[in-house]
Amino acid sequence: MKLSTPKRAILQCAFLLAAALMIVCGINRGEQETVWNKAANICLECIGLG
Amino acid sequence: MNNAVRRKLIQLAAFGFTNTHIGNFAAGKLYTGKWKQFCNPGLHCYSCPAATLACPIGAMQAVAGSMQFNFSFYVVGFLLAVGVLLGRFVCGWICPFGLVQELFYKIPSHKCKLPKLFTYVKYGILILFVIVLPVTATNYMGMGQPAFCQYICPSGTLFGGIPMTATHPELRTTTGFLFGLKMGILLLTIIASVFVFRFFCKTLCPLGAIYGLLNKVSIHHLDVDKSACIQCGKCARTCKMDVNPVTSPRSAECIRCGACAAACPKQAIRLGFRNGSKKEEHHHENT
Repeated sequence: MKLSTPKRAILQCAFLLAAALMIVCGINRGEQETVWNKAANICLECIGLG
Repeated sequence: MNNAVRRKLIQLAAFGFTNTHIGNFAAGKLYTGKWKQFCNPGLHCYSCPAATLACPIGAMQAVAGSMQFNFSFYVVGFLLAVGVLLGRFVCGWICPFGLVQELFYKIPSHKCKLPKLFTYVKYGILILFVIVLPVTATNYMGMGQPAFCQYICPSGTLFGGIPMTATHPELRTTTGFLFGLKMGILLLTIIASVFVFRFFCKTLCPLGAIYGLLNKVSIHHLDVDKSACIQCGKCARTCKMDVNPVTSPRSAECIRCGACAAACPKQAIRLGFRNGSKKEEHHHENT
């Protein structure tokens, strides 16, 4: 499917708006704390031990 | 400075930025500061002692597999924003594991192309190992495992598994089948990367799959001036990702490395955020 330039621009704006809303929603739910908890401790699965 | 040198310098700078805690390698400890709540645009294991940021694929699975959540708005929103802005430019210019594979590809050997069918495997991995399994394969507490990290990710084995097991004798005693499987995948990836340009990016990387889909709408893109193109085919022959930029400038496989634009004898290909070819831009500047 080939998108015209104006249609692509509309999609880009819509996706960026959706992305911003999702990030705000995620922070509001405290997801970044879950990310930090996982990333700041040794992830046994990631290193092949879990 | 030509495009290839500029790209390599940016790749090295990005590698350095994502690995600022290099001193942690000796002690085998992780950086635990607040930067770890933010995701890296490229694939880089957060269990790497030097890692500054969180791996987005690992983070997505960790949130979706946690007891509180089944979906990560935070990580998906981040990937959507980065993907819409840059597409697979991230793969070509920022991803640390992409740089590692390119260095292995520099080893002199016979170079091969992969059948196109292999490039679809990464979408299956994204759906099954990153999206479905962490949410569905849960334990009695409702917690899922990061299946991609657990069974596949060679970046995690290289940057996390090897340094951590090397510095922690107690971890070495727990290595078993899984560690062997992941070492095997890492070895396969390294050997394949010597012969096939970015073997992992082409076939297995779920992050490349996400950014590849967003290449279709990304603001940073390749633009081809069809009126200036003389159909010499030099761009397609130059492309190590096996893309023909003239027929498919928004291919999901294009990592926006810019090699095609540099190779074009008519400056008909442009890489950037604006529309229009380099030649058109020069024409406007001169008039």
